[in-house]
Amino acid sequence: MIRLHDVTLSYRGRAGEVTALAHTSLAVGKGEFAAVVGPSGCGKSTLMKLVTGLIRPTKGKVEVDGAEVTGPVKIAGMAFQAANLLPWRSVLDNVMLPLEIVAPHRGRLGRERDAYRTRALDLLGVVGLRDFADRYPWEMSGGMQQRASLCRSLIHEPELLMLDEPFAALDAFTREELWVVLRDLWQRLGFTVVLVTHDLREAGFLADTIHVMSARPGQIVETRRVAFPRPRPLDVLYDPAFTDLVHSLRNKIAEVRQA
Amino acid sequence: MKIAAEDITPVAFTVALFVLWEAACLLFRIDSFILPAPSQIFAAMVQYWGPLLRNSFVTLWTTAAGFLLAVAFGIGLGVVVGWSRAIYRGLYPVMIGFNSIPKVAVVPILIMWFGIGEIPAILTAFLISFFPIVVNVATGLATTEPELEDVLRALGASKLDIMRKVGIPRTGPYLFGALKVAITLAFVGAVVSETIGANAGLGHLMVQAGSNFQMPLVFAGLMALAIEGILMYAVFAVMEKRMVSWAFRSSMSAAG
Repeated sequence: MIRLHDVTLSYRGRAGEVTALAHTSLAVGKGEFAAVVGPSGCGKSTLMKLVTGLIRPTKGKVEVDGAEVTGPVKIAGMAFQAANLLPWRSVLDNVMLPLEIVAPHRGRLGRERDAYRTRALDLLGVVGLRDFADRYPWEMSGGMQQRASLCRSLIHEPELLMLDEPFAALDAFTREELWVVLRDLWQRLGFTVVLVTHDLREAGFLADTIHVMSARPGQIVETRRVAFPRPRPLDVLYDPAFTDLVHSLRNKIAEVRQA
Repeated sequence: MKIAAEDITPVAFTVALFVLWEAACLLFRIDSFILPAPSQIFAAMVQYWGPLLRNSFVTLWTTAAGFLLAVAFGIGLGVVVGWSRAIYRGLYPVMIGFNSIPKVAVVPILIMWFGIGEIPAILTAFLISFFPIVVNVATGLATTEPELEDVLRALGASKLDIMRKVGIPRTGPYLFGALKVAITLAFVGAVVSETIGANAGLGHLMVQAGSNFQMPLVFAGLMALAIEGILMYAVFAVMEKRMVSWAFRSSMSAAG
């Protein structure tokens, strides 16, 4: 689904040339849940922008779905740490925003408004927000806003979901709740996910593969498969094997931070 | 509905001010030629209600015409300026320069061009009031959250899509904030122009009354200006509450 061939990205910063990403290669299969972890400032967000085609690599090649990325890829949904819902739209209208933009839907939305409405309400139902569809974002808690943001990134049924630390601003309990929500959505809809995070437990619980990045210039220094069977219950977090995984990832990151 | 103490205070303070004023005039025997007492001003307002109303109406419509021009032009230019950083950087100094010219200095030129009448007043109102609209619309557009822009661009949204779905609705609170300032400024512009050269309007009436030594009438004109100004401000304050209520209520979500 996603392939990065020896990608380098540098840009002119205030203090001269900055290399955000150097000679990075990465492959994510179709339907795979991939997590990218690493110390802060290691170019994880740059990686997201490269894959979605918002920026072009300085060197190397980015492929998504078998074709080289030359502009914004239109099969992706994105969610970030801030939910970024539009305060003048109700939750339902926020979730339906991508339908007003993405190509096949924007033309049909006028005629098939009811069908799309049902679809959005169903999706909101999956994350437990059906009763809040007519509320406004500012009437909801941070966790609920983030659920709505997830729905917005999935409403157009993207094949690729890009998540940039989507749960980082939430408290521990809400975060675990949303892990489960994301797990269930992914198992139901089967899209490909790239999750950028610095929460190692989050990566271990959700992902099939975890890619560890080094500090700037970013590079993938290790790729690890997570073998826990699916569907994973939250209890897996307390499995000794899980603790070992997190521990060794932690050591690896400490190591690359030193370097 | 219960009337809260908060609702009464503005009225109470206004009445108290007039009472103090009246008392001061009586107590210190201030000549009505220097400072007329409120009672004399109200008497003048009753006596000259015809001309006051007629001239108020002239000022009102020149202000409104100048203001509407400013809104149309201001929103248009604001969108252009907010569209890209390059335009923003290029045009901003020019506008600052233009805005720092005291508009009173332009009025004689306008009178030379268009003659004494309502057009200079309309144009002065326009010139003085479009700037805050441009700045606020441009700022609203320029401060769109980059992540939100990324979300939409990754969906294949064009710059126009982003403007329509996010940029322009987002400028609402900025725009209405600017409109409240702009209407007051437009009013100032119209009146200034009328005092310099016009044959109607409250500014003109006050200058004439002044040259006839009718101080109560001058103050009656001032009072009419104050009432008109407050009414226009109130109209936009109410509109703002109606149109962009989300911006007021969303400030309460900070806790969420």
